[in-house]
Amino acid sequence: MNFAFTPEEAAFRKEVAEFLEKEAPPEYRESRVTFFDMSSHEDWIETHRKIAEKLGERGWISMHWPREYGGQDASPFYRLILREELSRYHSPGYDSIGAGIVAPALLLKGNEEQKKQHLPGIAQGKVMWCETLSEPGHGSDLASIEVFAREEANCFVVNGQKTWTTNAHFADWNALIVRTDREVTPKYRGLTFFLLDMKTPGITVNPVINMAGHHEFNEVFFDDVRIPKENMVGGLNKGWYLVMSLLDYERTTDTVYAVASTYIEDLAEYARENNLLNPLMRNRLAQLTADCEVARMLHYRVTWMQGKGIVPNHESAMSKMYSFELLQRVSEFGMQLLGQYSQLAEGSARVPMYGRIPSCYLRSFGYSLEQGTSEIDRDVIAQRGLDLPRLR
Amino acid sequence: MDFALNEQQEMMQTLARDFLGSEYPDKVLREMVDDEKGYTPEFWRKMSEMNLMGLSIPEEYGGVGDFLDLTVVLEEMGRVGFLSPFFSTVVLGASAIIEAGSDEQKQKYLPGISGGKLIFTLALTEPSARYTADAVTAKAALQESDYVINGIKLFVPDAHVSDYVICVARTDEAVNPQDGITLFIVDTNTPGVRCKLLKTIAGDKQCEVTFDNVRISGKDVLGEVDKGWSCVEKIMAKAAVARCAEMVGGAQQVLNMTLEYAKDRVAFGHPIGAFQSIQHRCADMLIDVDGSRFVTYQAAWRINEGLPAAREVAIAKAWVSRALQRVVNSSHQIHGTIGFTEDHILHLYTKRARSHELSFGDADYHLERLVSQSL
Repeated sequence: MNFAFTPEEAAFRKEVAEFLEKEAPPEYRESRVTFFDMSSHEDWIETHRKIAEKLGERGWISMHWPREYGGQDASPFYRLILREELSRYHSPGYDSIGAGIVAPALLLKGNEEQKKQHLPGIAQGKVMWCETLSEPGHGSDLASIEVFAREEANCFVVNGQKTWTTNAHFADWNALIVRTDREVTPKYRGLTFFLLDMKTPGITVNPVINMAGHHEFNEVFFDDVRIPKENMVGGLNKGWYLVMSLLDYERTTDTVYAVASTYIEDLAEYARENNLLNPLMRNRLAQLTADCEVARMLHYRVTWMQGKGIVPNHESAMSKMYSFELLQRVSEFGMQLLGQYSQLAEGSARVPMYGRIPSCYLRSFGYSLEQGTSEIDRDVIAQRGLDLPRLR
Repeated sequence: MDFALNEQQEMMQTLARDFLGSEYPDKVLREMVDDEKGYTPEFWRKMSEMNLMGLSIPEEYGGVGDFLDLTVVLEEMGRVGFLSPFFSTVVLGASAIIEAGSDEQKQKYLPGISGGKLIFTLALTEPSARYTADAVTAKAALQESDYVINGIKLFVPDAHVSDYVICVARTDEAVNPQDGITLFIVDTNTPGVRCKLLKTIAGDKQCEVTFDNVRISGKDVLGEVDKGWSCVEKIMAKAAVARCAEMVGGAQQVLNMTLEYAKDRVAFGHPIGAFQSIQHRCADMLIDVDGSRFVTYQAAWRINEGLPAAREVAIAKAWVSRALQRVVNSSHQIHGTIGFTEDHILHLYTKRARSHELSFGDADYHLERLVSQSL
């Protein structure tokens, strides 16, 4: 048992911090925007891409990958440290989808050509990704999706509508799951996973604005979109298994506790400066601090498992669900702490903390929905982690 | 970063789990709850043969292993709801002597503790029932080379079976309440020491200890005169984490019995564990159990490494105390009415969860400590 970082890991953290001290966008740092609210900055996409490329130049995005694919065989704690420092410096630049989900899925199930084609762009921070899972009629019940890909001689032809696709409005590539067999039961045996160039003709992306006023996700329409067969990953009608492991990665990629931690520090500082630290607020602040430590530990456990070559499963659902629900509680606490001032929006006269608190709070309604709802996470924990029987 | 036990810790875990699993079934726990002593000398002897009382005591005094090994064993004790003066003797008594004792005192007491011959406890809290320095009001007055102690200590664990009580008393009315506190090793047979066993809801053994003109030789001062509080703080940190380890074991056991019941009990044609309402409670219980374990071991590891641990200790005791309450509450709901009876073992874990939360600072006490460190 050991709860310390190695000296090498500590040195890496210092190196990243020194880099961000210079390169993290000052206006982001000043407004102390959280990772999940960055799209509210007008220049977010350019800034995100610019910093991603700088991280890529230093080889930091791919440190934990195998050497043959441009990595350094480093422990996944290097990825975690990078994400923690990016959170601490309120900096964009990490493509949670490309680097966080698609790359590990390709390393796991991609063929050689696919790895060679796609991994370098992700490692260099030059190619940004989105992933397309949900449909208007199917979210949590992902196995029931209907968007269909018809097989032709050299390609699959996709028609239909997907939704809640984060970053589709600027992503270069798309990781997509569609139906390729309508007859089979159970339904999950008829799904296939594809990589799709977003420049392919027939794709229409429309923005969907969330209740915080941010443009993060989109609806995506497919009108005879032709995907070459070599872009299939994991085999025909075998997409479900890939998506399940992809979700396990997705649930571990964001260091949500690190976001919560900076947020708690900011609220503590605000409370101190404004004489709001009555015993009730002190108690709540401390409880959130303790919760944040638990979230950190749950995430470290998952990262440690990954480093050992153990594939985390229900453990990542535990970490993700607990962290995101914690961030909701922190957001709610922020609103309580600010009292009357919590209703003032960004840009208003007398708005405290750049209007960030209501923005975070409104964004937080999504935290128990994204990357699988909290209900699905609890199902995963109970059924896969505790071996409780299934009704369906 | 490493979340796995090492070989030695795994060995201790297996040893303790096998021993307690076979020797301490629910039936024995029920007997010990009702038993005035709370343990049998026969059982104590078996523990001594395994050198359990030597855990975290230096080898030169017959001890074995370190604080993490002790943590692992305490988790196993928590699983079975173990009652005995083990915690009082090893976590409170031995720690205090290791921390503050002179060579002579260490030589005099530690081999006796590790050899299972001596039972110790710590008398800290008083009728005010608080763990802060200003709550120490029992007085020790210097008379020639002796001290005379007067005062009442309350919620003293296992004092009724202890050979020695380490008494925390005030030797100087300093402006700063943390100054002027001194520790004394008091033989419980000394005239003027009176012990009354309290009746607790959990059946764990706690006492009121009255010191009525108890005359103690100056040689039995433990550590420096007037400077005892820093030692108390160190014992408190270890005790809080050690208690967390017991709570982790208790929480794990409660989760296990709940899962077993949920898989077994059929309603509406299905095991109730197939229903989402039950599954989601169980999922939250697992987060409480694992979360508790990780923050506990992180704090134990820091103490073991000699690193600053005030923050981690406060987090652990605050978080685990609440988490265990949530776990037992959910367990009761899932068990339904059978868990509401004395026939089922669950109620003993529920009652113990209360007593454990209260000891060495409850959640609110540690939350305040945590927030005062960072603000």
